[in-house]
Amino acid sequence: MKASNTMRLCFDSRSANESFARTAVAAFLCTLDPTVEELTDVKTAVSEAVTNCIVHGYREKIDKVYITANIYSDNRVVIKIRDKGCGIADVKKAMEPLFTTAPEEERAGLGFAVMESLMDKVKVFSQPDKGTTVTLEKRIVSKGEEYVHNSRD
Amino acid sequence: MAVEIQIRDQVVQAYLSGEIDHHSAVQLRQQIDESVLQADARQLILDFAMVTFMDSSGIGLVMGRFRLMQENEGTVLLRNLPAPIRKVMKLAGLDKLAEFI
Repeated sequence: MKASNTMRLCFDSRSANESFARTAVAAFLCTLDPTVEELTDVKTAVSEAVTNCIVHGYREKIDKVYITANIYSDNRVVIKIRDKGCGIADVKKAMEPLFTTAPEEERAGLGFAVMESLMDKVKVFSQPDKGTTVTLEKRIVSKGEEYVHNSRD
Repeated sequence: MAVEIQIRDQVVQAYLSGEIDHHSAVQLRQQIDESVLQADARQLILDFAMVTFMDSSGIGLVMGRFRLMQENEGTVLLRNLPAPIRKVMKLAGLDKLAEFI
């Protein structure tokens, strides 16, 4: 299926950009007229993925984070967050709730758990020393669609 | 992200506002911990009424403060959680660890 709308972002892996990244993705999704809850869910999931790039992928070194977002005609949004950092040797282990490689920094180890709870699908592709791509997918049930269903009851 | 701290007796009330993420958590942690140590606090109240966003970095912050207070045999109360913040806290099971008021 071809995307009806696409955007690409590239920015420094600085923690100051975490807010920018989640806000930019949220702004892009506004064309789907999401509910406040849907927008917050996407912002939170993107924030988790971007934080992972900065804290774990690059271990606080400054490099680039890449985000692409595609919107499809069935109101699905697919967001890819990519880094070229150290990669994950064992993705399954990394995705276990409470597992973290940075406990001394008060990391809760819940980034992936939060992403999986708030998004419809989460996929992780990673190769040690080559980087990690996290793909988040969610179908936005737009307010317009909700109104049509409710008014039929 | 800003925090306004009130200390009375051995109770520290931290009024958080804005966004809590990995970036803002660092400074928040420092300010809260300084106050807790200064007051030799037995109770830490984190007020979330003005918090507009929080991800799991906020969970780490709360868990870390919980551990700090436990060392002093103190307690942590989480107050005025907006619905989206409460949702993330519950995902982490924090409602079983700290009291929500």
